[in-house]
Amino acid sequence: MNWLSDDALRRLRSAAVSPDLSGTRYRLLEFVARGGMGVVYLAEDSVLRRRVALKILDPVASSPGLAARLLREARILARLEHPGIVPVHDVGTLADGRVFYAMKFVEGHRLDRHLQQIPSVPERLRLFGKICEAVAFAHACGILHRDLKPENVMVGPFGEVLVMDWGLAKSLHPQPEDGDTLIDESPAPPSDDSFATPAPNTSDSSVHTAHGSILGTPGYMSPEQARGDVTHLDQRSDVFALGALLLYLLTGRPPAPPALQDRIPRPLVAMCRKAMAADPASRYPSASDLAADVARFLDSEPVSAYPEGLFGKAGRFISRHRIAFLLVLTFLVVRVLLLLVFRR
Amino acid sequence: MPDDTSISSQSARFPQTRWSAIVAARSEDQAERKRAFESIAASYWKPVYKYIRLRWNRSTEDAKDLTQEFFSRLIEKGFLNSYDPAKARLRTFLRVCIDGLVQNEDKAARRLKRGGNAQILSLDFETAEGELRHLDPPAPGSLNDFFEQEWVRSLFGLAVDALRADCKSRGKSVHFRLFELYDLNDDSASHLTYDDLARQFDLAPTDVTNYLAFARREFRRIALEKLREMTASDDEFRREARSLFGFDPGDPA
Repeated sequence: MNWLSDDALRRLRSAAVSPDLSGTRYRLLEFVARGGMGVVYLAEDSVLRRRVALKILDPVASSPGLAARLLREARILARLEHPGIVPVHDVGTLADGRVFYAMKFVEGHRLDRHLQQIPSVPERLRLFGKICEAVAFAHACGILHRDLKPENVMVGPFGEVLVMDWGLAKSLHPQPEDGDTLIDESPAPPSDDSFATPAPNTSDSSVHTAHGSILGTPGYMSPEQARGDVTHLDQRSDVFALGALLLYLLTGRPPAPPALQDRIPRPLVAMCRKAMAADPASRYPSASDLAADVARFLDSEPVSAYPEGLFGKAGRFISRHRIAFLLVLTFLVVRVLLLLVFRR
Repeated sequence: MPDDTSISSQSARFPQTRWSAIVAARSEDQAERKRAFESIAASYWKPVYKYIRLRWNRSTEDAKDLTQEFFSRLIEKGFLNSYDPAKARLRTFLRVCIDGLVQNEDKAARRLKRGGNAQILSLDFETAEGELRHLDPPAPGSLNDFFEQEWVRSLFGLAVDALRADCKSRGKSVHFRLFELYDLNDDSASHLTYDDLARQFDLAPTDVTNYLAFARREFRRIALEKLREMTASDDEFRREARSLFGFDPGDPA
């Protein structure tokens, strides 16, 4: 037996888990991220000469149930053609038997790692609006994401926003080929982190479970989702997660009641509260409604979640017409000063 | 695009060997037990020897003696009967057994009992001693990691040997040679690219890719088969496989 150095062991480990792309159009470039179900690699599509992300079933966790889950994720993505959702290009089985799918390689940053680069609240809110639009589109297609959180949102170099990782998604109107029943009842992968996105993802805290148990990420999961009430989930469960995401964008911290020092405008706090209401019936009925409230806030219009008093209305009016208000105020002050001077 | 049936069948590409040395070690069949202990000893004797040398700071002669003693007890005293995979990993269990053995050892009595330096296994201790010289001494707090790493080294070494033999018997020695040069070669100054290998072996670069893919696939299959032999259940196998092939996120694929 030849001596194997520590470096050789490391290379053997990598070589043993690296996918066998022989016979495919893809050429492996580098490892990107790993999760409980799959590993994401950067690869080159040798035919179209472009870079793609390959999500490939974990060789160790591989099982027919997980293979079906990965395939199902690809099929769901294929149904969701939207600028805010990463497009899938291809799906298949490698020579080593692992299922994979190819998707657009997103060059950007995970939202949780990029937030500090977006200091302005209005900019954060506009970004949030794009997330809502993508989720609303998925809801319109009958798909729940079920694991919305900052780690699953990518922000591109031109401000584009992509909602990633639909591995826990659920079809509200399952088609036979979705295998939704199979997926929800399949055993959970023995994983500490549930999935990968095309961004390094080492602190993933999602929880995969079998039917009737917890599925999602603590802090972003709606109460009904945390109870494992899978059959009664609807789009308002994702609205809860969006509310938690909004709170995260405003505070920069995992969802928790906002502290006074956060100085979050009250309408925004009210919007978070409404989106994260324990009772689904008290939440925004849809992601679009939440997005509409955010847009109203940005336009200094009244938001549905926050009935305001006279002072509130006056403050908002002033805020909305700040320049005109300042001009009028300046004019009045000057007039008063002139009046006082000439009276002497 | 594959259908669900073809995807389900992919699990056939992963090791189907259900034979477990850990289970067979408790068999009533003596031949089966012997085969099981040989398999366990092949995977573990080097980590055991090196661990005794470094953890217990024993001389080479003492460590040889204790290693033989350890496997002797494993076979004769049925150490493994008390192993419960639900409670601990096999390596942890074995390490605890080694520690107990060394702590309670009575060198003279042991030799007397076995007839004095009797060899129950034919083990190449000189090679193991030579390997120790390659290693930096582990810190006192990292001896568990050391044992783990030496076990991986032993397992991968056996898998590489088996791959070499397998490739030779199938007329695929070039496949193994490429694997050896590209994945096992430690000389970073002479690290070869696929194009270098293609020129050296008069192959097309795509052939190098395919040959290497074959060798790596077979290496993984063999390593997982050997790992399965060292586990008692599917669950334990999956846990161990994940641990064995776990890698730092920053590692290149």
